[in-house]
Amino acid sequence: MTFGLLQQQMDTQRVLRGADDNMGDIMVVGGGISGIQAALDLSASGYKVYLVEKSPTIGGKMSQLDKTFPTNDCSMCIESPKFIETDRQPNIELMTYTDVDSVEGEPGDFTVTLLKKPRYIIEDKCTGCTVCVEYCPAKIPDPFNQNLSLNKAVHIYFSQAVPLVTYIDDSCLFLKDKTCSICQTVCENDAIDFGQKAEKVKVKVGAILLSPGYETFDPLPRNDYGYGQFKNVVTSMDFERLLCSTGPHEGQILRPSDKKHPQKIAWIHCVGSRQVTPGGNSYCSSVCCSYTQKQVILAKDHLPDMHAKIFHNDIRSYGKDFERFYQRAQKLPDVHFIRSYVSVGSEDPVTGDVSIRYTTPDGVVEEFFELVVLSVGLAPPKDAQRFSKVFGIELNHHGFCKVDPFNPLQTSRPGIYTSGAFQGPMDIPESVMGASGAGAQASYLLKSRRGQLSEDRVYPEEKDTSEEEAKVGVFVCRCGANIGRVVDVPGIAEYAKTLPGVVHVEESLFACATNTAKAISDTIRDKGLNRVVVAACTPRTHEPLFRDTLREAGVNQYYFDMANIREHCTWVHSKEQEAATQKAKDIVRMSVARAGKLEPLEEFSLPVDKTALVVGGGVAGMTSAHTLAEQGYETYLIEKASDLGGMASRLHYTLEGMDVQSFLKDQKKKVYRHPKIHAITDATITHVDGYVGNFTTTVASKGRVRTIKHGAAIIATGAVEYKPTEYLYGQNDKVMTLLEMEGKLAKQDEKLLAAESVVMIQCVGCRNEDRNYCARVCCSGAMKNALKMKALKPDVDIYVLFRDIRTYGFREDYYRAASNQDVKFIRYEPQDLPQLEAKDEGGRSFIRVTAADPILGKRLELDVDAIVLAAAVIPTPGSNELARQFKVPLGPDGFFQEAHAKLRPVDFAAEGVFLCGTAQYPKHLSETITQAYGAAGRALTLLSRDTVVASGAVCAVTARDCVSCGACISVCTYGAIDFLDTPRGKKAVVNAVLCKGDGLCNAKCPTGAITLSHYTDGEVFNQIDAALELV
Amino acid sequence: MAAPSDFKPIIVGFLCNWCCYGGADLCGVSRFQYPPYLRVIRLMCSGRVDLEFIFRAFAKKADGVFIGGCHLGDCHYNPEGNYDALGNSLVAKRILENVGVNPDRLRLEWVSAGEGIRFAEVMNEFGAKIKSLGPLGSSEGREIPDLQAGLEAATQLVPYFKLVERERFRVPKRTEDGYHEFFSRPDFEPLFKELVIDKLTMGRVMGALRAGESSAGDIAKKLRLDAAEVARHLHLLSQQGVVRMNGSEAQVAVAA
Repeated sequence: MTFGLLQQQMDTQRVLRGADDNMGDIMVVGGGISGIQAALDLSASGYKVYLVEKSPTIGGKMSQLDKTFPTNDCSMCIESPKFIETDRQPNIELMTYTDVDSVEGEPGDFTVTLLKKPRYIIEDKCTGCTVCVEYCPAKIPDPFNQNLSLNKAVHIYFSQAVPLVTYIDDSCLFLKDKTCSICQTVCENDAIDFGQKAEKVKVKVGAILLSPGYETFDPLPRNDYGYGQFKNVVTSMDFERLLCSTGPHEGQILRPSDKKHPQKIAWIHCVGSRQVTPGGNSYCSSVCCSYTQKQVILAKDHLPDMHAKIFHNDIRSYGKDFERFYQRAQKLPDVHFIRSYVSVGSEDPVTGDVSIRYTTPDGVVEEFFELVVLSVGLAPPKDAQRFSKVFGIELNHHGFCKVDPFNPLQTSRPGIYTSGAFQGPMDIPESVMGASGAGAQASYLLKSRRGQLSEDRVYPEEKDTSEEEAKVGVFVCRCGANIGRVVDVPGIAEYAKTLPGVVHVEESLFACATNTAKAISDTIRDKGLNRVVVAACTPRTHEPLFRDTLREAGVNQYYFDMANIREHCTWVHSKEQEAATQKAKDIVRMSVARAGKLEPLEEFSLPVDKTALVVGGGVAGMTSAHTLAEQGYETYLIEKASDLGGMASRLHYTLEGMDVQSFLKDQKKKVYRHPKIHAITDATITHVDGYVGNFTTTVASKGRVRTIKHGAAIIATGAVEYKPTEYLYGQNDKVMTLLEMEGKLAKQDEKLLAAESVVMIQCVGCRNEDRNYCARVCCSGAMKNALKMKALKPDVDIYVLFRDIRTYGFREDYYRAASNQDVKFIRYEPQDLPQLEAKDEGGRSFIRVTAADPILGKRLELDVDAIVLAAAVIPTPGSNELARQFKVPLGPDGFFQEAHAKLRPVDFAAEGVFLCGTAQYPKHLSETITQAYGAAGRALTLLSRDTVVASGAVCAVTARDCVSCGACISVCTYGAIDFLDTPRGKKAVVNAVLCKGDGLCNAKCPTGAITLSHYTDGEVFNQIDAALELV
Repeated sequence: MAAPSDFKPIIVGFLCNWCCYGGADLCGVSRFQYPPYLRVIRLMCSGRVDLEFIFRAFAKKADGVFIGGCHLGDCHYNPEGNYDALGNSLVAKRILENVGVNPDRLRLEWVSAGEGIRFAEVMNEFGAKIKSLGPLGSSEGREIPDLQAGLEAATQLVPYFKLVERERFRVPKRTEDGYHEFFSRPDFEPLFKELVIDKLTMGRVMGALRAGESSAGDIAKKLRLDAAEVARHLHLLSQQGVVRMNGSEAQVAVAA
């Protein structure tokens, strides 16, 4: 039983009592990473959230991935802490295995009817012990493992599932013909209920957020590349599970036909994407190039002798650090990226190998591979059409949610927002920033009801037991059979009684079950315990629950320690029962020894100044500032130029044809006129001081210096256009940048329109040694301007010289449109750049462009009237200084570095400082707007609180022992330690708010003057000594 | 020396909460098996592992000490404490070797929270290694009290080591290669000997003398040190007046 269920039990009674009682602020539909983030942000900002998920657990597609690009972080490891956070948050009502049936009402007052599917498990009683799973005789293909392995008809969806309870699949023998009910017999908690029926629940909410995610493209109907016919052709999602240690073969890559390690693997790109043939999707799926590279890197790690060929079209490494990731994959030995369309030939009847035909400079080649992986694209969620009807929202012509490019988080129906891949193919960080952004918008709609439904938990007053002798209570959990069947639990309990300071020992079947947790609270109170050890599972998941149990009993929560005798003992020594019992006793002894030394710690609250400061007055900064101001927060908007607008001042239309200047004019007006926005132009930040909730920033503007106190800061300083030094730029007036071309087209510049022929050169100033990244926007920019020029002058000849066309997502449509309008695309290689020569011949002045044409295999000469350079987007000058002032980092390319590439895309590691727009990385206007809403949403989670709570497990200095050597200060990159002048000289002091509790300083201090609370030398010594007491 | 077959090693493990502890958890969730030797102490960061923790564990007769952190570059914390764990373990290994503990008994590994299988592999491998070395002192051919005396001397010097590390052993490049490069530089060994090993040897000599008057030769034998080396230290110590030479100079004792 998890903490959330404990919560739920209190709340669910209310939930199921009657429809009218189910009041919430916002319903989030879809519990993938996007829905989870939105629910967490909104609940932290004072709203009550219903999180509805159709599967038995939250987690979505991300939970199925092995690793995430481009950092190769373990996907489950970074996502599952969010599950626990969701579970623990009292203002999130989690409804899994639940569909939405109907929606009525209007913004501010929706009534949603939910259909709760029967799990046949009483969630409050199930402890997730999985004894029923063990005994269940019905084996079924495991959906979590892409049906590549078997599971039981009753099972937990995956081991980190939330709620951590089982569900019974329709293939259950009882459900089919009542022939088996063994699970009922073995369940010691009577949690199985075959009488459950689907149940309708009505919930009233003010706003709805749709984050149902996506489906992977299914190659089965068309048998793409032999999928479904040849056993050794798998999809990339199948391969993801094969790579994963929780996958079908515990992380061994075994091919389906004979369970052998394949040594020769082929990946085929763009399966189901960039296709106009029936059954395919015309758009680009945005994520497949990078995830394929990830799979290649990981596969090479698993199989060092692997030979791989990756058959691709354009490589679209357009995201932050994607280009380096691509290079990393390319450089692997025996890995070859081959630009070719392919077809699958045949399957060798003996070996099961599959042949692929592809083109090389020498002609068509057929080659056999032991495994073929199809990099399948992203498709709209299965429910999209039904969703459209149920929620009354429009879909776009690709079947994804229809959104406004200037507000990509708003659906066609007011009061209903969307985030994540339902908007169109996107990767995890964009889904996360969209979630925060959509949350911010829903929050605006409901601002008047903030804090009315959400509730804080109330705990009894804490007793001061610091002077008392240690009275330790030990609770040994059997965890059903998980612990009890391997080790001698009664023996361990008896042994615990003999340990010093122990006054009470108890065994329990499940220490974490709701009733047991309550009973532990009662025992603590009744027996006057002041230290508690629970010998059970891992503190990483269960410590918060038991700490809470102590708080319920009025005991300081830091007087708790967990002895992990499950993950670290019974589960890993299941065949050595005697040794495991001895080890479990040792672990308990260590825990009791540590408990004796524990000290009560205070989690302290700091006030939050409810003012925001936004640096940068472009579209990103203005959007963030306006979102915050509209919700009632005073916002300072700092702009170094003399007017707001930023880079967007130079944009005139979007790829979709929207008018940027009228949007910008409107936005500037809203910002300048807003009573809560204080725009300061011609401004420079001279100094920043303080920490989360309490910053002080000094700003100089037009001879005036002012000091602004604020609780949060958003960095939105944008980026600038690279000024080319190549391709005759600045020497010949026929040469211009893409942005300059846009300006000329917007005012219908006669000279440009007089051009008979134009050459556009892509990747100018980036994807090279100086700037090893892709500027992301230029390919789409080229399409936009080529199409515009064609519209203005249909007979112009346009040639685009490119390396890879990176019109990801729906932008692919415009690439196709340009191609259809006879814009010519000619690829060049970086080692053979196009050459330009200004010419004057026969009274005509022109530029001669010479380039290699890899398709025709010869050199081309083009005499043209205009050259357009897709100049890179580069970091704003002065970013270094700003980064230093706010103590936030820059990445290797000079853009601001977010806290985590995947899951904290608008946060900095430094709390209270957020990030959006092109300051983070080049991006399109609609992406910037999404991210700006996201940064505002994250800032709202802070500004909406009166205080911030800091952990008690931080460092402190005993001034007497400090010798002012500064060792601690130099290792603490958080800047949490400073010298303070005292009558006894300089002494180090810790600012507990900034301390993150790593304890590095403690290990560096020569005199033991600085100590990390909760992990003190004394506590660790006790553990060491106890571990070795019997040696 | 072959270890007895019923030898059940005890390995004290310091695991960082964010990666290696998570990896150990996942190993459990995945039911990968490894021998029951490890006793885990959870810390927030592998950089929190103090030299003194390591010496104390061996002084209490741990057969092995394991430190598990996040992969380099993946530290949960901004200051990247795992680099400090790396530096510390390289220093600790040299000191252990000097006081007679086989440095192979200390192992540092990077295990991510997603590498359950790797955690099992590391534990199987390290467990087998310690098992083959036998109980502490056996592969070294040293008596436990002798090792404890050396570890005690090392523990006494931990504050000094920390100062030296900060002043003289600051690794300029925070990369794995940078660390190994730094610790294998030709000028590193003499410097380390002068700043750390010599001090440690002096401490050990003093420790031996506190147990009673002895000759330089006997001390050298007991501490398994070169006799000339011991004589050199005794000479220095007598110049500082902390030991006195008795009569024939064959016997030395702690100065009163």
